Amino acid sequence: MTADHPRPPPRRRLFAPGRNELMGLFWQLLVVGIAVGVIAFLWSNTVTNLSARRITTGFAFLGREAGMPIADGLLAYNPRDTYFWAFVVGVGNTLRVAVIGIVLATILGTVIGISRLSANWLLSRLAAVYVETLRDIPLLLQLLFWYVLMQALPAARAAWRPVEGVFLSNRGLILPAIPLGPLQLSVLATALLGFAAFYLVRRQLIVQQLRDGKPRPAWPFALGLIVALPAMVSVLLGVSWTIEWPQLRGFNFVGGLTLAPEYFALLIALVTYTSAFIAEIVRSGIQSVPRGQWDAANALGMRRSFMLRQIILPQALRVIVPPMTSQYLNLTKNSSLAVAIGYQDVVSIANTTLNQTGQAIEAIALIMAVFLTISLSISFFMNWYNARIALVER
Amino acid sequence: MTVIADIPDAPRRARRPQIGNPVLRWLRANLFSSIPNGILSVVLLAILAKGVFSFVQWGVANAVWLTPANDSSACRAVRGVGACWAIIPEKYRFILFGTYPFDEQWRPALSVLLFIALYYLSTRRALWRRELVFLWIGALALISVLMWGGVLGLSFVSQDRWGGLPVTLILATFGLAFGFPLGILVALGRRSKLPAIRSLSVLYVELIRGVPLVSLLFMASVMFPLFMPAGFNIDKLLRAQVAIILFAGAYLAEVIRGGLQAVPRGQYEAADALGLSYWRKHRLIVLPQAIRHVIPPLVNTFIAFFKDTSLVLIIGIFDLLTTAKTAIIDPAWQQFSVEIYIFVAAIYFIFCFAMSRYSRSLEAARGG
Repeated sequence: MTADHPRPPPRRRLFAPGRNELMGLFWQLLVVGIAVGVIAFLWSNTVTNLSARRITTGFAFLGREAGMPIADGLLAYNPRDTYFWAFVVGVGNTLRVAVIGIVLATILGTVIGISRLSANWLLSRLAAVYVETLRDIPLLLQLLFWYVLMQALPAARAAWRPVEGVFLSNRGLILPAIPLGPLQLSVLATALLGFAAFYLVRRQLIVQQLRDGKPRPAWPFALGLIVALPAMVSVLLGVSWTIEWPQLRGFNFVGGLTLAPEYFALLIALVTYTSAFIAEIVRSGIQSVPRGQWDAANALGMRRSFMLRQIILPQALRVIVPPMTSQYLNLTKNSSLAVAIGYQDVVSIANTTLNQTGQAIEAIALIMAVFLTISLSISFFMNWYNARIALVER
Repeated sequence: MTVIADIPDAPRRARRPQIGNPVLRWLRANLFSSIPNGILSVVLLAILAKGVFSFVQWGVANAVWLTPANDSSACRAVRGVGACWAIIPEKYRFILFGTYPFDEQWRPALSVLLFIALYYLSTRRALWRRELVFLWIGALALISVLMWGGVLGLSFVSQDRWGGLPVTLILATFGLAFGFPLGILVALGRRSKLPAIRSLSVLYVELIRGVPLVSLLFMASVMFPLFMPAGFNIDKLLRAQVAIILFAGAYLAEVIRGGLQAVPRGQYEAADALGLSYWRKHRLIVLPQAIRHVIPPLVNTFIAFFKDTSLVLIIGIFDLLTTAKTAIIDPAWQQFSVEIYIFVAAIYFIFCFAMSRYSRSLEAARGG
């Protein structure tokens, strides 16, 4: 009888895949095969179609003369420049609206989010109505609405002047400006350096305070490094800080800083729309801090501002930062709605290029490259920031 | 910094005896609890009163409500001081239904009602069963028959005459109906142990989420003809619909992936122990739990891309926003776009607000 002897376990050979592995391999081959097949099909069609239309693929067209007008560029541009430069100007325009939009939306959203938690009934209701209304109406509709309002503003001659030197007309918003030359910029750079130095000094002060428990005031350093140092440089170099006031000449303004109606409408729409989402994030972040933390801080007798800064905010930020990242990404992507009102961002310029040259694949690839780069940079920065403020556990 | 409610400043005192007029008490507690708060309330009230007063003056007192057909002279007389609501009875048929044959417009109207009924039924918890899938298939088929016609004595209406609200609802609903299964597959792919499938899923999701919808729509409208064999072409609306499905699929996949991660490991292991195959394991055990977890964020995603369907304006498809924008090209009514935009915004708002209320009630039901 063989039943007495337990059967030896089947010996597994080294390269014998089991049934599961075989199935896995089969599925992968199938899916990859389908994907490759579809892409090859589309590719061959595209190549045939392009050669039928006498369009050569490749990025050589970037060196050709663009010939498209760009009305409102951050960088100098004229229609005789190349497509490449037109793209760069477009990227500049996208960044100009995205960066300023992110900063303003964060400020406005935080204010509204905190207002929603206010003990003042009227203020919290108004904030709630703001959030609900703006969140539930498509951004594109809001953008068209703002743009129509911009166009309905009086002409330059009859411009509104809310404050002296500020003009609001159908030419956009005109503000007084300080012309920034290399001298002025170097003073600003000094201030930035001073700020960085102050940050390091402050860290050192905290380290010392942790050692002996004696508080050391940081404000003299702040005053010295951020205010006095740049002021000294400014005086030494003899930099002039004259304000350039806009003036009405004929039908338009000269001098000052002009925000074109397209840019201004896009900025308002993006900022108000995104701030409604940021307000909700800020509100839920603050609410996520457990009550016990407030009670404990109160029990320690902390001042309210100190408590918010040192106890509540660091804990709230952990909840706030990750969803904030995706709002920043949304704002950047939404800036491409610019094409609907004729602000020339990178998508709009790519679209014009595409219509002029027929280089569809290249234009779309450039858009993707630009947005992927911006998205990755924002994610990278926010992940770094998030790691910095993350809870340090034992 | 404003005072933050529901956070105690000091240990709570014993409740004061409730004396005096309840209205005054309420005012005192909610508007005038401290001096800065009182000042803030007064300032806000003043701003609010001024805003409401000027809006009522513009929108009600000085407004023109009705004019004889295609005559905007009364409106032009009050331009700048009063609203011209008369433009809405003048143009609402075009805004809602676009260029759909005028006498047949009961069909898109009925389709809109069917969509609303479908949404309503989908929110009923009692109906969250497999039959819901058949309900969706049935309703969408019925809507297709109504819109296209060509059978049952309905005259055929080609889709380039469709417009307005039905197109918005079609883009959003079909986007969800096809994007959802796609999202499930991609979410499973992204969590798969098979490297090739996982990397394809990651590539798809990240590429779509990395670029704006506008560029996807451009791609659908400009590049699609290049991709296809010569002579083969499909309708513009369908191409936009495909772009929206691909877009929705990527975003829904990320939401569903979150739900999959929330299903405890033990559930997977138990299903494996029962000897269920991969598909049966997911269909019977994992996905029902995962999706229940993420219904509120799914509704929020749906709201987001319901609003995003308005972007088809940029490639010239006649959805609700495009018909509104087209309605004011009419030179007689050109100057009254603000009124039209308010009207259309109200329609979008009603849909989105209802959905966000629903999502919030789900969250409250789960949290409470």
